[in-house]
Amino acid sequence: MTRHHLSAQQENERSSELRSYVVGYVLALILTLTPFALVAWSDLSNMKLWSVIGICALIQIVVHFRFFLHVSLAKQKREDLHLILFTTLILVIMVGGTLWIILNLYTRIMPSMLP
Amino acid sequence: MTPTTNRHPGINLGDMHEEASDACESLVFGFWVFMMSDLIIFALLFATYVVMLGGTAGGPGPHELYEMKSAFLETMLLLASSFTFGMASLALKYDRTKGQLLGWLVITLLLGLAFIGLELRDFHLMASKDGVPSRSGFLSAFYALVSLHGLHVTGACLWMLVLFGQMAVHGLDTGVKTGLLRLGILWHFLDIVWIGIFSVVYLGGLV
Repeated sequence: MTRHHLSAQQENERSSELRSYVVGYVLALILTLTPFALVAWSDLSNMKLWSVIGICALIQIVVHFRFFLHVSLAKQKREDLHLILFTTLILVIMVGGTLWIILNLYTRIMPSMLP
Repeated sequence: MTPTTNRHPGINLGDMHEEASDACESLVFGFWVFMMSDLIIFALLFATYVVMLGGTAGGPGPHELYEMKSAFLETMLLLASSFTFGMASLALKYDRTKGQLLGWLVITLLLGLAFIGLELRDFHLMASKDGVPSRSGFLSAFYALVSLHGLHVTGACLWMLVLFGQMAVHGLDTGVKTGLLRLGILWHFLDIVWIGIFSVVYLGGLV
């Protein structure tokens, strides 16, 4: 469909943004299908499966941020980036700390609760 | 003018929608602050879930309760809805008429509703196998995490209906445009949280 009101510049911008959504969708599909297929059909060891699931999930999160939320390190406003980085810092401290402390307690006094 | 910087997360409307684009910069930043604090809530519920994995108290565990097929379908529905919302954002930015925008939004809404339906069916099946929130610490943590996400998706669907109403009354004015942009951020964000849920909860549990 042609959009006559768009300048050549805007038409370019449109096709590059469309491409970004399509690329993001395809990458996300690959990164979703891989772990599902491996868990369903492969006979890898549990440890290997968990690592693949974790790595695919982390990459897919980055893909979603980049292609769907349009967050890019180079072009983003500084405040937005600060907020994302600060949130990540809080997450690492709180989630990492929780897992470390509680799992450590489990191994010491309640081994039955270990996952 | 080529935008050399992104003024805010999510699609930037640019100079074709000058008023909305200016309004968005602060509105979306505020919404992004909320989104990031919401992310912390979800991450801590993930931590709680992992810590409670061993606490099944003799009740059913992940292997008895989770179904790979429906988790996969839910994942596909949500991912597709993220893409269709992207198409709606493009239509909002580049089309003069509302037809395409409404079409993509309706598809997105239907995908979201199908997701909620499947999730409710999951919960129902789990409950029939004694998988209710009060059964064990593991199940409490599961329902806290997964149903909070489900509630967010329900809220996002309601928000979309409200925006349809606003669009019918006011047309595509600045308020509606900025609303759609923020809803888009919420929608993509919920898909990111779902990546965590299908990886940690469903795939991690079914390994």
